[in-house]
Amino acid sequence: MEQPLIVTRELSKDYLLDGYVVHALRGVSLTINAGEFVAIMGPSGSGKSTFMNLLGCLDSPSGGDYFLAGEKVSQLSGDALAAIRNRRIGFVFQNFNLLPRTSALENVELPLLYGGCAAPERRSRAAERLAAVGLAERVHHLPSQLSGGQQQRVAIARALINHPVLILADEPTGALDTRTSAEVMALLQRLNRDGMTVVLVTHERDIAAFASRVISFRDGKVVDDQRNARPADAQALLAQAEEQAA
Amino acid sequence: MNVLASMRTALRALRVNLLRSSLTMLGIIIGVAAVITMIAVGAGAQARIAEQIKSLGSNLIIVLPGSVTSGGVRMGFGSQSTLTEEDAYAIQREILEVQASGPAVRGTGQVVAGNANWSTVFYGTTPEYLEARRWAIASGKAFDAADLAGATKVALIGQTVANALFGDTDPVEQPIRIRKVPFTVIGVLERKGQSLMGQDQDDVILMPISTARKRVLGQSQAKLRTIGSISVKIRDDADITDAENEIRSLLRQRHRLQSHQDDDFFVRNLSEVLQTQEQSSQVLTLLLAAVASVSLLVGGIGIMNIMLVSVTERTREIGLRMAVGARGRDILLQFLVEAVTLAIIGGLLGIALGVSGSYAIGYFAEWRIALKAEAIVLAVSFAGAIGVFFGFYPARKASRLLPIEALRYE
Repeated sequence: MEQPLIVTRELSKDYLLDGYVVHALRGVSLTINAGEFVAIMGPSGSGKSTFMNLLGCLDSPSGGDYFLAGEKVSQLSGDALAAIRNRRIGFVFQNFNLLPRTSALENVELPLLYGGCAAPERRSRAAERLAAVGLAERVHHLPSQLSGGQQQRVAIARALINHPVLILADEPTGALDTRTSAEVMALLQRLNRDGMTVVLVTHERDIAAFASRVISFRDGKVVDDQRNARPADAQALLAQAEEQAA
Repeated sequence: MNVLASMRTALRALRVNLLRSSLTMLGIIIGVAAVITMIAVGAGAQARIAEQIKSLGSNLIIVLPGSVTSGGVRMGFGSQSTLTEEDAYAIQREILEVQASGPAVRGTGQVVAGNANWSTVFYGTTPEYLEARRWAIASGKAFDAADLAGATKVALIGQTVANALFGDTDPVEQPIRIRKVPFTVIGVLERKGQSLMGQDQDDVILMPISTARKRVLGQSQAKLRTIGSISVKIRDDADITDAENEIRSLLRQRHRLQSHQDDDFFVRNLSEVLQTQEQSSQVLTLLLAAVASVSLLVGGIGIMNIMLVSVTERTREIGLRMAVGARGRDILLQFLVEAVTLAIIGGLLGIALGVSGSYAIGYFAEWRIALKAEAIVLAVSFAGAIGVFFGFYPARKASRLLPIEALRYE
């Protein structure tokens, strides 16, 4: 049942930086199917983050087309893009980007707030989501009272709250230690096994190894696109590490 | 996102930075309080003047003797008594618009009652004078035409005189001596308070004009009929300016003045003077309110300043909100509501401060104050408008951020 969720055609992005045009992305044509777990790799300046921002509808391309779930989104207005971000895409950031001094529950509720959802329903759905990522006991904690891994799980719960078709994770383990990274990756893998499409940006080979497809960027172009038939299993790694510790 | 949710978000954001929010509000609080207090003080002054107009009689004209020209030399005001008692009676008789016209002669002297004595002013006058001046009798009775005809030695005394001479005892039917002439007090005048010039209007004795002339002043034959002033009350439905003109032409005719000659009398419309005062106090109120509004404006600029800081500080928050689906107008609304909430809360606290401040001024400075509902509504809606006006620019700035740049902002 593989159908293309993301299709880009000759997608390009130019920036104007101090009067010079920077070609951050020079014609990227890619197809990502629903249910894939894709890692995007590349050195800094390779255009992977720019590509990610375009996929996330946070930015508009300078040229080319982008179809998300069959809908051409490359020419949509700002408000329409906001609606797509709200309903179709879940973001996970390197630095979590949780609202400070705001409880985990309210952080998770945030997308529902902009989706026009009534308060009681927001509350119960957010609590449900937090429970699903193992934070049922921490709903009223503030981000500052949570560990890095817990904060990232709150962020993942927030990304999932509106039943998106795509999770975009930008260096989700960049601020975490190895063990917590594995935990977060295990969570993402579990979501993927349940059918969620996950695209993650990383520069760590270890992290990319958890993905079923690795796309490498260099100088604004795709230079490598490999399927990984047997991705590493984060859950198994965690169990193994626990065994060794015991 | 609806307005209610925006308000909750705004309140939370304001609570997070409680000290800063309070300091920002302070500008609005002081501004609103200042506007309310200033208007209360100004309106109080106005109300006082309005009351004086009422106590004076709203349509009182006073005719005073003027200057005469004698051999090309113009004498000063009051240099010659050109008004006579007959002028007063003629005004009463011949001008339709006039309800009452009473002459008055003035004198000063020592008054003695028992072992108390007091120096005061006395007026010889007629019952019409009391009517024109709207002067009521607090106790006892006024003198009448018979007293006038017989030049009986009866006196009406003001509250201040009554107090000075009799203290707590009832002065009615008590004997007093005015310039050593024995009199009987037949009534006490109602309290009138201070005049506009700050004179005590209750420090006075009134007596029949004939008595004053014959028994007390002992005027010479030449000055026998001259008087110090005429108080004229115009009928309520009559035009006061018409009446003034008629009085003027009647007196000119009676004084046989040629058309080239100046008036030898003055016609003063006292309520007009008071109305002018009322107007000037109105202007003063407006001026005070305008000055107070400046502080409200400064408070608004304070809000703008803090909102700009807040937008910069929370750029990443804005980016994140946009990433999870906030549209530009959601962000605009959020920050606008924050600014307006600051302004409205400040406005409400300002009302509390302004109202209590007004009462404090009224109590400690013993000034008359008049709190106006309009002033309160005006000040608070002005505060709200300031919130919108000064909150709009920062809010729009926030709403126009690009999500990707806002997210990357360090």
